[in-house]
Amino acid sequence: MTRYRVAVHIVPRRGLLDPQGKAVADALHTLGFSAVTDVHVGRHIVIESDAADAAAAEASVRAMCDKLLANPVTEDYEIASVRTAEGA
Amino acid sequence: MKVGVVRFPGSNCDEDAVLAVVEQLHEEAVLLWHKDHDLQGSDLIILPGGFSYGDYLRSGAIARFSPIMQEVVAHAKRGGPVIGICNGFQIACEAGLLPGALLRNDSLQFRSMQVTIRVEQTNSCLTRAATKGQLLTMPIAHGDGRYTADDATIARLEGEGRVVFRYVDATGEAVSAANPNGSLHNIAGVANDAGNVVGLMPHPERAVDALLGSADGRVLMESMLVAAHA
Repeated sequence: MTRYRVAVHIVPRRGLLDPQGKAVADALHTLGFSAVTDVHVGRHIVIESDAADAAAAEASVRAMCDKLLANPVTEDYEIASVRTAEGA
Repeated sequence: MKVGVVRFPGSNCDEDAVLAVVEQLHEEAVLLWHKDHDLQGSDLIILPGGFSYGDYLRSGAIARFSPIMQEVVAHAKRGGPVIGICNGFQIACEAGLLPGALLRNDSLQFRSMQVTIRVEQTNSCLTRAATKGQLLTMPIAHGDGRYTADDATIARLEGEGRVVFRYVDATGEAVSAANPNGSLHNIAGVANDAGNVVGLMPHPERAVDALLGSADGRVLMESMLVAAHA
């Protein structure tokens, strides 16, 4: 077994009203970042977990997203990275 | 008749629910600790308002895994009545007892105010004693109350008459100005397909006496009793 550090991005599903993202976009426009066309605010979760290999570590985190970390009604997730944890 | 009120860490309307049942309805109520596995013979379960587990991750997401919820889900599957109020509505959605989800209010503001809701159907365990079209005034107090579901689910809820309450103005019209949180179709409460599980954002248990500003919640609490006796 190897210890892996898996990072996952969870974002509001496209098409759903995202008032937080819109508020941030409005603030960026006010600051002069007029090129900003869209902002979505989500969560970034980093999980350390033991697995046989990187594919198993990723599969395990996907199962966690499906069961708890993301709401299947309103959110989408993507695995941002799968790396060997330092010191493992 | 015995009402079980689940107490999660962070629940804050659990005592209100118990008081409403005991002092206003003169029925027995028991607090059920979230780590317990026993509903203690409760005929009806209330998932109360509050901020269970500090709303960590998402409102209601962690509470759903409390040991008592296994028993609550089993009770619901047997046809037993379950009422989810505010945070309890969020928990019921996360637990899959009700469809959809409750997202951050479109205003991004916490809304603590009196609202008017319209009773849309009288088949559910929370509306049997009410009349269709009846307008009720009761408080809301939430930051995450925007009811959302995919288009097919909304169409099914509307088609099957499972939208139980809608936010309306003083004349009973479901206008956007009367919608405190951006809920789709002004939805304030929904039922499962059998009508024995109902979730709503407004607080009937806090509107059971004129001294509290409204006694309109009583008709809903009384409906619960009818359902539990059935």
